[in-house]
Amino acid sequence: MEPVKRGGLAGLMCEMVQRGAGPYSSRDIVELQDSLGLDHSAGVSSTMASYGAAMPASALPQALSLCAEIVRRPHMPADQLDDALQVSMQELRSVEDEPTQRVMNRLKQLQYGDLSGRPACGNFAGIEAMKIADVRSFFSQWYRPSGAILAIAGQFDWDQVRGECERLLGDWQGSNSAAPKLDVGKSANEHISQDSSQTHIGFSFDAAPFRDPNFYLLRAGVGVLSDGMSSRLFDRVREQRGLCYTVSASTHSLADRGAVFGYAGTTPERAQETLDVTIREIRALADGIDEAELDRWKVRVQSSLIMEQESCSSAVASMLSDWYHRGRVVTAHEIEAIIEALTVQQVVEYWRNHSPKNFRVITLGPKPLDVPTF
Amino acid sequence: MPTFVETTLDCGLRIAAEIDPRGYSASLGYFVRTGARDETDIEAGVSHFLEHMMFKGTKRRSAADVNRELDELGGQSNAYTSEEQTVYYATVLPKYQGRIVDLLTDMMRPSLTDGDFQTERQVILEEIAKYEDSPPFGAFERAMERYFGPRGLGRRILGTNESIQAMTPEIMRAYFSRRYAAENIVLAAAGNVDFDAIVEQATRMTKDWSQLAKAPEPKPDDPSIFPAGISDEETIETPDAAQAYLVRVSPSPKISDPARYATRLMATILGDESGSRFFWEMIDTGRAESAAIWPQEFADCGAMFTYLACAPEDLTANRNSINTLIEQVIKDGCEEDELARAKSKTIASCIMASDRPSNRLFGVGNGWQMRGEYVELEEMLARYEQVTLADIAAAAKQSLVPAATETFALAGALL
Repeated sequence: MEPVKRGGLAGLMCEMVQRGAGPYSSRDIVELQDSLGLDHSAGVSSTMASYGAAMPASALPQALSLCAEIVRRPHMPADQLDDALQVSMQELRSVEDEPTQRVMNRLKQLQYGDLSGRPACGNFAGIEAMKIADVRSFFSQWYRPSGAILAIAGQFDWDQVRGECERLLGDWQGSNSAAPKLDVGKSANEHISQDSSQTHIGFSFDAAPFRDPNFYLLRAGVGVLSDGMSSRLFDRVREQRGLCYTVSASTHSLADRGAVFGYAGTTPERAQETLDVTIREIRALADGIDEAELDRWKVRVQSSLIMEQESCSSAVASMLSDWYHRGRVVTAHEIEAIIEALTVQQVVEYWRNHSPKNFRVITLGPKPLDVPTF
Repeated sequence: MPTFVETTLDCGLRIAAEIDPRGYSASLGYFVRTGARDETDIEAGVSHFLEHMMFKGTKRRSAADVNRELDELGGQSNAYTSEEQTVYYATVLPKYQGRIVDLLTDMMRPSLTDGDFQTERQVILEEIAKYEDSPPFGAFERAMERYFGPRGLGRRILGTNESIQAMTPEIMRAYFSRRYAAENIVLAAAGNVDFDAIVEQATRMTKDWSQLAKAPEPKPDDPSIFPAGISDEETIETPDAAQAYLVRVSPSPKISDPARYATRLMATILGDESGSRFFWEMIDTGRAESAAIWPQEFADCGAMFTYLACAPEDLTANRNSINTLIEQVIKDGCEEDELARAKSKTIASCIMASDRPSNRLFGVGNGWQMRGEYVELEEMLARYEQVTLADIAAAAKQSLVPAATETFALAGALL
């Protein structure tokens, strides 16, 4: 949603709304969070800004009220803009020192488009150009109840909390601006030259978004590929060949498109083999998977669904993601039933019919690699 | 309320559990009292390398079997090596308790074959290379080496390229035989666990653990020789780095010192990532990416870490701010309301963390292995509650001494 030349505005916004809101000064907000014991978080993804906290149950009413002030009545003080901009600059610089992050940030832009895949930390040009008017206009365009989601999990009385939310948010009005037209990525490979100890390899390809009815067929394949120590990438790239310490792949989704992203880090002389074996394993999914591989993945999903009940934070994260991508909360039972019903044949057939297309590979290291055509 | 139970088997293995039948999961782990500080120069990095090798199979299982079974049990499992401990743990649904105890216990008597050793050596070298690309990681390693010296607590957990290249399976097997004796190990459990079943199964499976033939102690290191691949220079050159990094180490209470609670709260007030004095001075104002202070506790001593990451040109000004804030807290202590907030924040996070057996496991296992002590949640919260302003002032005076060791990771231009 950021204007083209204001990369990093959403992140700056997220910082600015916490610098005073409603009756609270910037310092009041932090002190109240500490006194209530809120383990708070705020952040920006490609599509959402989020504010949340885990807390002892007794702190919920005050936490809700604080959260409502932050999203509805932030002061956005002009005299704090410079400090907030400096915070953004710090973050940009810190990413420069994390090669994995650099590779994955660039890969996301290549995959989704310069705007749609823009990293939350933005870019130096965007941050340097930022004015307080940009912040205020972004706020009035996007901090609106339409499209906003509030999720709560844990020990509370629903009727009481609903009443509280009604009081705090019931008269919140306005709708979001029309979403800007999203750009699309391009299929290309890039190399970032750096005299690093490892060659850092990021790869991605087009895949179904979360809301796709067949998403779990995609996800099961990625699970066989990368979930757990017996997964194909871990076993064949790391365990059998000792090519790297880290190798992984996972699904990611915007509202309308998805992708599979992967990463491997390895010393330059073994980087070509790492890339070749990794890509070979991805292609091999379409040749077949074992019943046991799929079963192991099913048990993992089942266990994590049950254990998720021990953590209110992960329950909240799932609810938000479901609501955003699917327009409703999908229960653990429902997911379990879908997963349980998947067969090897369906998964393999899906991967055969949706063989990875538009591959992108980004490397950071002393020398570029030969990227096989896909 | 959870209940605590413990026992020691004839072979010497200690078992400790915090049982909470309300849990959805069961967490189990082997806590082995061995780590980087127990190594000699030729063994540098062996504790961590061995941790990897423990997943490579046993008499009854191949390496692939171990990984496959861990996945079949569907939980979260992993291992880590520190200066003083090596820990193997898993969280599973209670119905899989018997199978995970069988697997983890079997893993404690590994095959350690030459072939697996050679392959895994490459993975360890990759892990070292991975961290070489992280300037702050290098700064922390060097800071430990400079503060504690290149051996003992200053020994790098990963070892060095040189020590890992030179490592042999014989060195590893000898180290294993000395350090993985039953009496050096605690089996800990937390959550929805059946303690009697664990004890019965472990008793059966560890009967022959006491027969492990111990290799002789290795030749002591020659203190006049500096270990290969190690430097004690104050500054690490990081030519490509966008930021400058400073790590400072000073004394702090050991793991059994009652003063550790006051010291932790003092560090929270002064240098927690949010709401602390460092935060308002350097983070909220955007002067530094990170400015923090925290203690780490070991068996016989502790270390207070002060960490700064910022633009290279701001390093001196930020370091001066840190010194000023430290001087103030030593001179005047802190305010009543700061202490109250630090307590609320710490207590809330302890309560929330205790919801998950996977978190409780580490409290139970570390406490029993390192201190022979179990502290229930209520008791721990009370210890934080009891900290006074005078305790904070005393903690500041003890830990924030001027004679701290400093290490910098800097781009070439600043050297």
